[in-house]
Amino acid sequence: MSDVSLVVNGRKVSGTVEDRTLLVHFLRENLGLTGTHVGCDTSQCGACVVHVDGKAVKSCTMLAVQASGSTVTTIEGLANGTDLHPVQAAFKENHGLQCGFCTPGMIMTSVDMIARHPEGLDEATVRHELEGNICRCTGYHNIVKAVLAASKTMAKGSKGRAKAAA
Amino acid sequence: MYSLNYHRASSVADAVKLAKKGDDVKYLAGGMTLIPAMKTRLSAPSDLIDLGHIGELKGIKVSGKNVTIGAGTTHAEVAANEKLKAVCPAVSDLAAHIGDPAVRHKGTIGGSIANNDPAADYPAALLALDATVVTNKREIAAAKFFTGLFETALKDGEIVTAVRFTAPAKAGYEKFRNPASRYAMTGVFVAKGKANGKDDVRVAVTGAGENGVFRSKEIEAALSKKFDAAAVEGVKVPSKNLMSDIHASADYRAALVVVMAKRATAKANS
Ligand SMILES: Cc1cc2nc3c(=O)[nH]c(=O)nc-3n(C[C@H](O)[C@H](O)[C@H](O)COP(=O)(O)OP(=O)(O)OC[C@H]3O[C@@H](n4cnc5c(N)ncnc54)[C@H](O)[C@@H]3O)c2cc1C
Ligand code: FES
Ligand code: FES
Repeated sequence: MSDVSLVVNGRKVSGTVEDRTLLVHFLRENLGLTGTHVGCDTSQCGACVVHVDGKAVKSCTMLAVQASGSTVTTIEGLANGTDLHPVQAAFKENHGLQCGFCTPGMIMTSVDMIARHPEGLDEATVRHELEGNICRCTGYHNIVKAVLAASKTMAKGSKGRAKAAA
Repeated sequence: MYSLNYHRASSVADAVKLAKKGDDVKYLAGGMTLIPAMKTRLSAPSDLIDLGHIGELKGIKVSGKNVTIGAGTTHAEVAANEKLKAVCPAVSDLAAHIGDPAVRHKGTIGGSIANNDPAADYPAALLALDATVVTNKREIAAAKFFTGLFETALKDGEIVTAVRFTAPAKAGYEKFRNPASRYAMTGVFVAKGKANGKDDVRVAVTGAGENGVFRSKEIEAALSKKFDAAAVEGVKVPSKNLMSDIHASADYRAALVVVMAKRATAKANS
């Protein structure tokens, strides 16, 4: 067993876990943050993507102890009260989801992608960047549309808020 | 995943010391290969030594044409490094196409070569660039480092600390990707450098060999005559010793070697 302490969505949290505990299980089971999903056991689907120290990572492929000392943002940390994050809003407006299972991971990947491309995004880049996120419902078109739309709105002016939320 | 003991190393020396305890100790770098293997219980170490917080393993140094990449440098960092892009864009491009963004944020060059997956990308680059693998104990030429499927020259407890190479005049990499995993179903790295003052063309193939990464004499001979994509046209690569699996037959892979070599050469010349 090891002690783990993290800052998750701005809040200091700690716990004692078995060393083999995956970060995703710590988030879901110890912290009750069930927005982060597990969709595979081969590290390929991206449903579990969260940000660790500002970078998108697969929380199913990282131990909780490995992340100890880090700052983590999950899907629950994006909205500002009832105000959706621009990427969340864009997914809603563009029908970027159907069952919603892949959505938390898609959105966390997209927020990271937009932050890494301040020059803006094109369709080919979005599709390449989404390669680690699998969706069984949408056929991806509307997800790509949503990311492009969000990247435009975020460039236009809501930049400050989006940055603070990310 | 079976239960295990986690240790966080603060330096290479500390990691080596920690590795002496426990009965089945493994180093943990990005965890992008090791953790999936542990989840499916293909790997069950008693102890994990985390190398992820060791500063001396991180970073890229470029001085003139000489490049040193710390073993703990992530694929994303290699892909984004401007100095490296300026002297050897083929390596940046290779790193930018490993897995997906989340894999690139964690996975490291040291972990990739220590693992020596027969379909991994970096082994092809290292072999074609005649790179040197630096460990805590010695320096090993890439040609001696990769010894077979998931096999390397590393001894128990030995840690890769860096990879070093001289940027060649021209280099390019192209892979035919498995659409699900992004690993190379066949990948070819071509490099035109100098050896003993003469032009030296080296071509390394990953994802195809039954024994892992190898150099293609046939493609090297063709490109040594003329370093041009057209020179590879019609070259016959034998399918003997190439892999056959659910993804592709040995004959198909032999054909892919030629096509990937052509595209890699075109990239190198662009
Ligand atoms: C979805 C997915 C897609 C991928 N796609 C690709 C791809 O397209 N191409 C590709 O090449 N790879 C791919 N990978 C693998 C990825 O590149 C891994 O990052 C890499 O193979 C292992 O690096 P790591 O730092 O994660 O090492 P780990 O998984 O932490 O370790 C791997 C092995 O190396 C050992 N090790 C690690 N560091 C050292 C060191 N410094 N010295 C000695 N031993 C060490 C460990 O003990 C372990 O045995 C993919 C992985 C995933 C999950
Ligand atoms: S649950 Fe993490 S990649 Fe599928
Ligand atoms: S919306 Fe159902 S998996 Fe993507």
